Amino acid sequence: MSKLEVLNAALQELIGTHIVRCDVAFDEITIEIAPGDLVSVMTQLKEHPQLAFTQLSDLSGVDYLTYGQADWQTQSASTSGFSRGVSLGSVTAEPAPGRRFAISYQLLSITHNFRLRVKVYPENEPPRLDSVVDVWVGANWFEREAFDLFGILFDGHPDLRRILTDYGFIGHPFRKDFPLEGYVEVRYDPSKGRVINQPVTIEPRTLVPRVIREEDWLHSSKPVSDSNDA
Amino acid sequence: MPEIRNLTLNFGPQHPAAHGVLRLVLEMDGEVIERADPHIGLLHRGTEKLAESKPFNQSIGYMDRLDYVSMMCNEHAYVLAIEKLLGVKAPVRAQYIRVMFDEITRILNHLMWLGAHGLDIGAMTMFLYCFREREDLMDCYEAVSGTRMHATYYRPGGVYRDLPKHMPQYQASKWRNEKEAGALNESRSGSLLDFIADFVSRFPACVDEYETLLTDNRIWKQRTVDIGIVTPERALELGFTGPMLRGSGVAWDLRKKQPYEVYPELDFDIPVGVTGDCYDRYLVRVEELRQSARIISQCVDWLRANPGPVMLDDRKLTPPNRADMKGDMESLIHHFKLFTEGYCVPPGEVYAAVEHPKGEFGIYLVSDGANKPYRLKARASGFAHLSAMNEMVEGHMLSDVVAMIGTMDVVFGEIDR
Repeated sequence: MSKLEVLNAALQELIGTHIVRCDVAFDEITIEIAPGDLVSVMTQLKEHPQLAFTQLSDLSGVDYLTYGQADWQTQSASTSGFSRGVSLGSVTAEPAPGRRFAISYQLLSITHNFRLRVKVYPENEPPRLDSVVDVWVGANWFEREAFDLFGILFDGHPDLRRILTDYGFIGHPFRKDFPLEGYVEVRYDPSKGRVINQPVTIEPRTLVPRVIREEDWLHSSKPVSDSNDA
Repeated sequence: MPEIRNLTLNFGPQHPAAHGVLRLVLEMDGEVIERADPHIGLLHRGTEKLAESKPFNQSIGYMDRLDYVSMMCNEHAYVLAIEKLLGVKAPVRAQYIRVMFDEITRILNHLMWLGAHGLDIGAMTMFLYCFREREDLMDCYEAVSGTRMHATYYRPGGVYRDLPKHMPQYQASKWRNEKEAGALNESRSGSLLDFIADFVSRFPACVDEYETLLTDNRIWKQRTVDIGIVTPERALELGFTGPMLRGSGVAWDLRKKQPYEVYPELDFDIPVGVTGDCYDRYLVRVEELRQSARIISQCVDWLRANPGPVMLDDRKLTPPNRADMKGDMESLIHHFKLFTEGYCVPPGEVYAAVEHPKGEFGIYLVSDGANKPYRLKARASGFAHLSAMNEMVEGHMLSDVVAMIGTMDVVFGEIDR
């Protein structure tokens, strides 16, 4: 039995009832669990000797607001020609309620040499989730980062402050509806003799349009579907 | 009776021992630290957000700028993540080149660390010695990629080009006369591999030299022995990786435990510490210098004997060669598409980790099938290490904070991203 199968079997046996979804792809296992089960499942993942995920390698937020959306429709283009216009920031199809934000936990078991990814989709706006600081103390800063960049709140976190952005920063910059250029810029104003904040003066622009070409997904035997055609 | 209050002290961000832009707010009871609150983010450039707006290949250069003292190792994790999603593997020769440059990078990083750590706690000479050897390794970077630091050398599907047959030569200038330039050029007269082979043959003697200065030095020991002890259990819980974890006695190294590229073919040892203090972490890193030299010399031997392609021959992923583009329409189109639009990567999510000189450097990559990453997250080892700062310095003296920053090997490029 391969390592992944051993881990998968152990997961199904021990926390199988809590797993909402389990994906095995690219030699990695991803399980999704309900936000309410988070702390209890994580505690078991860490404590149970068959799993022993003693280390939390990484914790990162993901914003699925524009997942699968491209600037160009590529399938119809070859017959009608390309339009050069790229519409910016227009969200055409929003994700289902409660599926916009995800938190990905990358766990590592040193005793068994397993890796596991656990995903949780917190509901509501602002997204709220229990903190895992009591399970792995190393989660502290990672959760602060997810709060800072995505605005995800962690209940029970001892010190949920911003960490990467500037003092007094407004907004959560890694959300997909936050523009790459931001909203304010800082410059020195010679007439006032001090540094000032002002609205950004650079125009948002797209250098390379985002395209999705299914026929490009190398080494995949999947046939090209026409369903994405506009 | 006079009222005695704790003193709040600001350490950094413009302090030479802060290794960049660390701002530490220290609460002190006299000379003793009661609480340390690191403020980071002064170097936050939003690398991960920027990567979301660029085709995959254009972000390789950003990876160099994460941990800017171990450039190619960052690229390696990113390139591995893309390759994992694409389901491709680089040619064996490219894998050997990558491993060789990973280890060169490890030496570069550890020399930088040793020099700066030494300088911080009073060993001035170390800095000069270490930078002398670093210069030679920078020349290797330059020979292979054209730049001394930010190489952008690894590409999905291999490395940008094969190792050069000639090393760049020094020229006489007003700072360096003919004779001095000639002396420098002596080891640079052959190919890059000859130069690297020459470097690894003389490097162990250099490490001995560093050790005579530090390992049994009374002052060095007073500043590092029993400072910042972390138990193995605690180290795991805090998310420590790399030399910080091995210094505490946990023999965990991704090159051995979850090997990538050609590491299983190579012979090397993993040093571990006993007590988990600053001195043990120093010993671990110094031994890693020797082990890296050992790996490099094995790679050099293999690369000399086995010529071959260094890039996949897959026109949907790697550019065609220049000569083909002059006469072949197909190649021209492929080149144009690759450099304007890039390639699309199948949807999915992967986490690719490498044993970076500082610890585990991982790239978590989410793709929705487009030519740009949907979400990229760099797992920086220094981020986890620095978050343990409060715990490690509590009860120590102010001067030990400097030793602690040094032993963590923090670089703000990767922590702030």
